[in-house]
Amino acid sequence: MSLSDDLYRETILDHYHHPRNQGVIEHPTVKVEGVNPLCGDEVTLYINVNNKTIDDVKIHGKGCSINTASGSIMSDLIKGKSVEEASKTIELFKSMMLTKGVEVEIPEELEDLECLQGVKKYPVRIKCALLPWNTLAEGLKTAETKAGQFVHFETNGDHELGRVVVNGG
Amino acid sequence: MFDTKKVREDFPILSRKVNGQTLVYLDNAATSQKPIQVIDAISQYYKEYNANIHRGLHTLSEEATIAYEDVREKIAKFIGARETNSVIFTRNTTEAINLVAHSWGRHNILPGDQIVLSAMEHHSNLVPWQMLAKDRQANLAFIELTADGQLDMESAKKVIGSPRTKLVCINHMSNALGTINPVAEIAKLARSQGATVLIDAAQSVPHLPTSVQEIDCDFLAFSFHKMLGPTGVGVLWGKPELLEAMPPFLGGGDMISAVWRDRATYNELPWKFEAGTPNIADVIASGVAIDYLQNLGMENVRAHEIELTEYALKKFTTLNDVVIYGPPNAKDRGGVISFNFAQVHPHDLGQILNESGIAIRAGHHCCQPLMRDLNVSGTARASFYIYNTKEEVDLLMAALEEANKVMGHVAFR
Repeated sequence: MSLSDDLYRETILDHYHHPRNQGVIEHPTVKVEGVNPLCGDEVTLYINVNNKTIDDVKIHGKGCSINTASGSIMSDLIKGKSVEEASKTIELFKSMMLTKGVEVEIPEELEDLECLQGVKKYPVRIKCALLPWNTLAEGLKTAETKAGQFVHFETNGDHELGRVVVNGG
Repeated sequence: MFDTKKVREDFPILSRKVNGQTLVYLDNAATSQKPIQVIDAISQYYKEYNANIHRGLHTLSEEATIAYEDVREKIAKFIGARETNSVIFTRNTTEAINLVAHSWGRHNILPGDQIVLSAMEHHSNLVPWQMLAKDRQANLAFIELTADGQLDMESAKKVIGSPRTKLVCINHMSNALGTINPVAEIAKLARSQGATVLIDAAQSVPHLPTSVQEIDCDFLAFSFHKMLGPTGVGVLWGKPELLEAMPPFLGGGDMISAVWRDRATYNELPWKFEAGTPNIADVIASGVAIDYLQNLGMENVRAHEIELTEYALKKFTTLNDVVIYGPPNAKDRGGVISFNFAQVHPHDLGQILNESGIAIRAGHHCCQPLMRDLNVSGTARASFYIYNTKEEVDLLMAALEEANKVMGHVAFR
């Protein structure tokens, strides 16, 4: 297996070159900015939640191919899903990335996640793939209680490093 | 000039395979590789005369003490220092700078004083001063950079010229840009304000002939792991009269003269600043690293790196869509080339080059404020040393072409 088979698979490169759901939402339910200060990756998510469903999501980021592709795939998978389903997908993806040794079973409707399995072989890149998902988890948590918030948080992939709720508007 | 082929034979690691390819080590600004002579010196110490220093009356302790103290003398000569007792061993450059911040800083910096740094400092020559400034209610001021990554001397004159300037801390060579800074000129400006000068020489002492007398600074910090020596040995050189007046940094054994239940008197220089058992084996091996470099001659080391850097810079211009940071002329920089290529994120570049056995550094290089000024999340960095060759630069270029293919860009013409 070469690096391109393993890490830079076609699906990943496609999402990297043509990331889905790029942009901003003017008055989102919640805007979350996730930063990994150690590598400089940044993801901003704009999420609209109505009746416990993710109506719309936009993503704006600055990061490596793995980070960009992971965020793009995520935005495709969660758009239109209930908050509960999205939360389950986050848990599934995190266990896929963080469970050592075993390949986690991916249900058919989430098969797009499959292409990110290869990232596991490159431990330093796991945090790149996780950043959009940690940012989403933070956003959904905030959307539940404090609609209209803007949250900035920092993470190194494993641990939250800092968190600021910037405003209520 | 020395024979690079012969030099390479002294470095066992250079014949190692990485991902099936012979290692091309271009991450020397992070740490250098070690010649067999240095590696052997460590095991020789443990096999033949391992003992604690400065206290035993037995043969082993005497031998170890002499070997350890001899290195101090070699270092003094290597950096053009007059007094051997002005050389203090630390763990690394970072600890040497922290020693000055704690010991000199907390007793000399007053509320409202200004500490001058540049916009291209490594975190280790920034964060200790942030901590000191906060503690002493002092201010930090920064010398800005020109578009090609050199110190803006007009900005330097203005910032250092403030009557509140008490301390100026500048790197001699930037680890992120490669820029060689006119530290003697900066020291002169600082001196005309009566300010104290610290030089972060972590990148320069390994690559340039260095003289503390020519720079005319008050403190100079560097470490051995970037100059063929082991990790865990740093050096603080300071003017003896300043070091004499400074209180100790760490308390404990070896740094004392006499101890009572309630008080102690302190040892003389340099041991006043060396509490506890030091890194004896690695200090001794560091002396062998100096011998190795002196055999090659620091002028030759510099000439070799200028030649390689010129060659690499020329090769880089054949690439499309490449941004090189720092001065355009190889004579104004060390053997460090920081770049971004074909919009490929530096982390992707680093990973793909590793597939070809090429080790470069990718990221913010412990210079987050500088990266912010450059408006990039990071850069890729290739950095050279005595064992690197033009063939390796060619391999780097070929691997960049490969990276471009993997990532699906068309940047080569």
